[in-house]
Amino acid sequence: MSERVAPLLDVRDLNVAFSGERGTVHAVNGVSFQLEAGRVLGLLGESGSGKSVTMRALLRILPENRARISGSIHCNGRDVLALNRRDLNSFRGGDVAMIFQDPGVALDPVFTIGNQIADTVIRHKGVSRQVARARALEMLDLVRIPSARRRLDNYPHELSGDMRQRAMIALALSCSPRLLLADEPTTALDATVQIQVILLLRELQKDLGMAAIFVTHDVGVAAEISDDIAVMYAGRIVELGPARDVIKRPRHPYTRGLLASTIHAESHGARIAGIPGSPPDLARLQEGCAFAPRCTLAGPECRLKGPELAQDSPGHHFACFRSMP
Amino acid sequence: MTLAFDPPVARASLGYWAGVSRRLRRDTVSMVCLVVLLLIIAAAICAPLIAPYDPSVGSVVRRLRPVGTPGHLLGTDDLGRDMLTRLLYGARLSLIMGIVPVCIALVIGGSLGMLAGFVGGRVNTVVMRTADVFFAFPSVLLAIAIAGILGAGVVNSIVALTIVLIPPLVRVSESATAQVSALDFVEAARASGARDTTILRVHVLSNILGPVLVYTTSLFSVAVILASGLSFIGLGAKPPTPEWGLMLNNLRNAIYSQPLVAALPGVLIFVVSLSFNLLADGLRSAMDVR
Repeated sequence: MSERVAPLLDVRDLNVAFSGERGTVHAVNGVSFQLEAGRVLGLLGESGSGKSVTMRALLRILPENRARISGSIHCNGRDVLALNRRDLNSFRGGDVAMIFQDPGVALDPVFTIGNQIADTVIRHKGVSRQVARARALEMLDLVRIPSARRRLDNYPHELSGDMRQRAMIALALSCSPRLLLADEPTTALDATVQIQVILLLRELQKDLGMAAIFVTHDVGVAAEISDDIAVMYAGRIVELGPARDVIKRPRHPYTRGLLASTIHAESHGARIAGIPGSPPDLARLQEGCAFAPRCTLAGPECRLKGPELAQDSPGHHFACFRSMP
Repeated sequence: MTLAFDPPVARASLGYWAGVSRRLRRDTVSMVCLVVLLLIIAAAICAPLIAPYDPSVGSVVRRLRPVGTPGHLLGTDDLGRDMLTRLLYGARLSLIMGIVPVCIALVIGGSLGMLAGFVGGRVNTVVMRTADVFFAFPSVLLAIAIAGILGAGVVNSIVALTIVLIPPLVRVSESATAQVSALDFVEAARASGARDTTILRVHVLSNILGPVLVYTTSLFSVAVILASGLSFIGLGAKPPTPEWGLMLNNLRNAIYSQPLVAALPGVLIFVVSLSFNLLADGLRSAMDVR
């Protein structure tokens, strides 16, 4: 037991609640997972299932006066929830970096790409501006931005969407983080370049030996890039396991619904099966399984008590009372 | 070593500001206004060099000469003082009383607004509700009331105008800051380990500078009129100091005998105020392209 190396990221019983005028919104409810160094976790779920909030909680960039975070987050040997200001700033961007959904608004319009990357490098490594600029150039080359030297002095609005996302990736990777958080990194991009950016990310992740968490609602993307997949619903992880297992043998009815609602080649012309109903209001969560009102398998016990994550095959967990193999 | 951080910010802004100045230069109206303002400011600075007479020495025999009198190009006032000279010297005080309060208010109001918009919560409530209290009064009345309480004088009217101009600037910079703070790049900067002070100083400031400066330029036009107004009713400059508002008041009895001479200070106040206003408009459209 004591011989086991601690995982890079260890999240235990993470809860995030927002207090607002309409009452308390329970965005994340008891999420636990581990991530080994160099592995990729795909975080799958609909809008409002708590994926993005979980990511932001990992970096503690949620508004502090409104968000209450409880549980524990250990990353790279640090207790994230106990970090002081100074350590938190070196943790963000240094140990863990994040890529945002829309690179059009996630880069400061007033500064050139090169300066934004260089500023981050200076902040974390304390090097001279010259060295930082050289690093920025190296990063732009790494993410395969053509004629990188000229792009260094471009403003974000002078770049195309996928180029901007590449620059955002360069910015995130500039300080060699151990863990990369990608919040729907391709959603805002044209369909034609999405796969290129995904493949680039996968390649960089492998080459640099980083761990990564990919938030997405696209099952195809998750299957393409992840080692493991976690499916979230109403702020809970309802299924967690090796990517191949989860896709091939989904155990939770929600995961099955998600998979059934993706476009396959064979379903040409056929109606895509959706999941009836809509996600629950996180300000008024009922007792019991949050998916029960939309679930075809739900029985009386589902509405009384929420199911815990239980192991199916090694590493494959799911939270459902009534799922048949 | 702190120097290492500053030049890139200046150089980065140059790209944007170079575009703004290029667009502004193409705008004829703005350029005319700018030239007019620069001429008036230059004339005010050089007043002792170019003014033909002493601004406070008059002549009993040459009172209220019309415009175009030989030796007195713009005529003389009711005490026989040369109008051109007094208008030149008057520009100094009128411009100082109009521009200085705006600049002080920009620094104070701008910082308060940024703080309120960025921190939010209670700080925001306290700052913004206090600003609202000042908004409840019309700016002219408020300026008169404060100047009245402080007593007449140039410094006191500058203080009074500053107090009047702070609330609108707080409001503009607060709303600009709140807008910018909600954008993803602020969150992205935070996620890459930037301190709050860095975010405020670098990302927020450089992004709200445009709208706040445009608004500030338009405030100059209001401030020049308010400043002259205070002097007109005797709360600003005291005689025999030349100041446009005060001159307008002194000459108001001459409006029937020498209407052109009596109107001159008013014309200048109007021209300066209008120029600032049109320049602000030009600046706004030059900046909007982003």
